[in-house]
Amino acid sequence: MITILYFASLRENLGRGAEQIALPTGTCDLKSLRALLRARGAAWGQAMADGSRVRAAVNQDLAGDDAAIKDGDEIAFFPPVTGG
Amino acid sequence: MPVRIQTEDFEAGREIANLRRDNAAVGAIASFIGVVRDLNDGAKVAGMTLEHYPGMTEKSIAGIIEQAKERWNIHDALVVHRVGELKPLDQIVLVAVTGAHRGEAFSACEFIMDYLKTHAPFWKKEQTPGGSRWVEARESDDVAVQRWQSKA
Repeated sequence: MITILYFASLRENLGRGAEQIALPTGTCDLKSLRALLRARGAAWGQAMADGSRVRAAVNQDLAGDDAAIKDGDEIAFFPPVTGG
Repeated sequence: MPVRIQTEDFEAGREIANLRRDNAAVGAIASFIGVVRDLNDGAKVAGMTLEHYPGMTEKSIAGIIEQAKERWNIHDALVVHRVGELKPLDQIVLVAVTGAHRGEAFSACEFIMDYLKTHAPFWKKEQTPGGSRWVEARESDDVAVQRWQSKA
């Protein structure tokens, strides 16, 4: 299982803040996870589109598309940050 | 703890006194306080909600402080950032840096703030007369942080 977290506008658009999914065979990096989530359609397609401004973190470190994912990881998706 | 995320307000004087306590090597303290404005992108702001990613936010800011310590000869740094419901005039964030000399303290303070704005996971949602809206990231913040990347 992996845990996926969604924050801010993304959480509202997708209608959930967290979920746990079994890591499907062949899903080994952020790029493939995005593709998997994109296939859910509707708001997911837009949020997880290639080139979208949505950022990602793996185990609480900012990560790019080629970042590896393994069972037990915590993945987060969120819009560009606006603190301070 | 050099990083605190809290809903409560903070008192800069007390935080700075604690940061430099009993350290006679400190000759300079630089600090920055961010506060809530009542106007943003042309709309009146009645209040805002600040959200963060518990765990990653603290880790991210701690990493930024470590980078500042590697880059400049400073003694210590503190970041206090509020989350939850805030209204105009409220304090949002405190960055304080102690060092032997002002130049390094000023630079490290600005560096920490620029990186916090662009890398630490916080999101603001503003309440305006037209309804609630998520604040968009600013390009000027990306430009601010790029300055530090070119100054190797």
